[in-house]
Amino acid sequence: MFGYLVKRLLQMTLVLWIVSVIVFLMMSFTGDPVFMVVPVDATDAEIAQARRLLGLDQPMPVQYWRFLVSLVQGDFGYSYVFRQPAMTLIMERLPATVEMVLVAMVFALVISIPLGVYAGANPESKISRFIMAGSLLGISLPGFWVGMVLIYLFAVQWGIFPSSGRGDTAEFFGLRISLLTGDGWHHIVLPAITLSLATTAILLRMTRAGMMEVGRQDFMKFAKAKGVSRRDVLYRHGLKNAIIPVVTIFGLQLGDLIAFATITETIFSWPGMGKLLIDSIYRADRPVIVVYLMLVALIFVVINFIVDLVYTLIDPRISLK
Amino acid sequence: MTRFFASEFFFNYTRNWSAIIGSALMFAFAFAVLVGPFLVAQNPYDIASLDLMDSYKPPMWLEGGDPRFPFGTDGQGRDVWASILYGARISLFIGLAAMCASCFIGTFLGLVAGFYGGILDSIIMRIADIQLSFPSILIALFLMSAVGTGIDKVLIALTAVGWVVYARTVRGSTLSEKQKEYVQAAKVAGLPNHKIIRKHILPNVLTPLIVIATIQVGTFVLIEASLSFLGVGVPITQPSLGLLIKNGFDVLFSGLWWTSVFPGLAIMMLVFGINLFGDFLRDELNPRLK
Repeated sequence: MFGYLVKRLLQMTLVLWIVSVIVFLMMSFTGDPVFMVVPVDATDAEIAQARRLLGLDQPMPVQYWRFLVSLVQGDFGYSYVFRQPAMTLIMERLPATVEMVLVAMVFALVISIPLGVYAGANPESKISRFIMAGSLLGISLPGFWVGMVLIYLFAVQWGIFPSSGRGDTAEFFGLRISLLTGDGWHHIVLPAITLSLATTAILLRMTRAGMMEVGRQDFMKFAKAKGVSRRDVLYRHGLKNAIIPVVTIFGLQLGDLIAFATITETIFSWPGMGKLLIDSIYRADRPVIVVYLMLVALIFVVINFIVDLVYTLIDPRISLK
Repeated sequence: MTRFFASEFFFNYTRNWSAIIGSALMFAFAFAVLVGPFLVAQNPYDIASLDLMDSYKPPMWLEGGDPRFPFGTDGQGRDVWASILYGARISLFIGLAAMCASCFIGTFLGLVAGFYGGILDSIIMRIADIQLSFPSILIALFLMSAVGTGIDKVLIALTAVGWVVYARTVRGSTLSEKQKEYVQAAKVAGLPNHKIIRKHILPNVLTPLIVIATIQVGTFVLIEASLSFLGVGVPITQPSLGLLIKNGFDVLFSGLWWTSVFPGLAIMMLVFGINLFGDFLRDELNPRLK
């Protein structure tokens, strides 16, 4: 177990290091950041001065080394646009994104698991076919377009939900969280539904496939034969065994939700880090993009690690190597 | 041809409604893309054919609609229906071209990794592993932010994202094919490695790729639409369906819904059709289910 943890930690560090190399290389290809910091009418001498201050006059390996050292020290530099530490900017917006992703995940689970169990247990029924067609449609829809249609119907036409923003937030251990206020919930419903759509469809299909696989097993027949109620057969015997592949996908989906949050946040003007990323891409605000990518890479690596650990908890047959 | 119509594949196809609907949607789309632009009077790229007097006309069944513009017009008096037909060309072209490129590169790398093994295999597969732990949309978004907009750049970004699935699948099948007797026999017969790979292994690892490739076209169309919606995809001069939706989104709050809703429906039809048909293919081509 200990050996496994050490190995995994080394692997995770390696992945993050490779990501840092790629991020650095890509960033070096995209134009000259010097023009983001000097005024438009700067003289050549001023530009050269700024270049020296940013360390851009050094050879690439030296630049990368400095980049890496400051990454490790948690110093990501100042945003060219906001003139604030890029790290602070991202961290301010992280709770908004996490909040939306979590609510979307809860929506997806609450809808997909029962429907998936039903469709898996009654594969021939009309309702199941309807559910499956709906889930295929859910995968085929562009998420941002659904968000737009929701905005048009619920905000512009009927005025039931607000079209943008995060609403009131409340302070909780120094974090600004909107889930603690009614207004916050009012604002989060539409973006969370938009974001959850594809995940709902995918989890539903995985659950159904798992249930159909499990349904053929002897222990299901046995449970039925010994008089366990249908509900318990499905959920306590069936789902428990069908859920293992769903857990893997769940982890991947969490990553996808964070990625797609950039689009959802852009549509709903949600002040999260995804919208900040898109804005920073428009403005070529390099330090912010770097923080975002490194942070998201860290999150993904940790999620994958947790998924592997959860595996062994659900299924004792799998052992860590 | 008669052999095809007598095959089990075709028989199952005629019994499967979702496969028929899926392929009908795909064919309708292909037809619209190939012939459509010749059927509409207006070329949305040709500024001379636009008339500002026609701007923001609603769809023809609504009050104030004009039968010349069945799905309404946008702010420049551009026919939404014509824009969709032209935009679908770009979307579908990107999806297909990026799929072909990914399939080619991924299959090549997978064959090499699986056949030769060793350090080459490790390097290719580690890259694939790392890439798979990140959502493709994020990788594509990041690449696009680095290289700028343009159809060619979208193709590069999508290919960089898409090769991984082929490489992994092909590597897996190559590993198992390599052990089989016919490959051993070819080796003993003294065939050079590249010939064994091309003539003997390649034809036997292609089947699972058909499903992947089909579904991937749909995925690519969606990713391209998302990138263009975010403004880092195709340029304004070559609007794909995604860019049309973005342009429509800017006027959505004025109640002008038709400029964005119809392009979205077009994407949905295409990708839904591809997914329906892809599902059928997967069931048909998977020998384990038979």
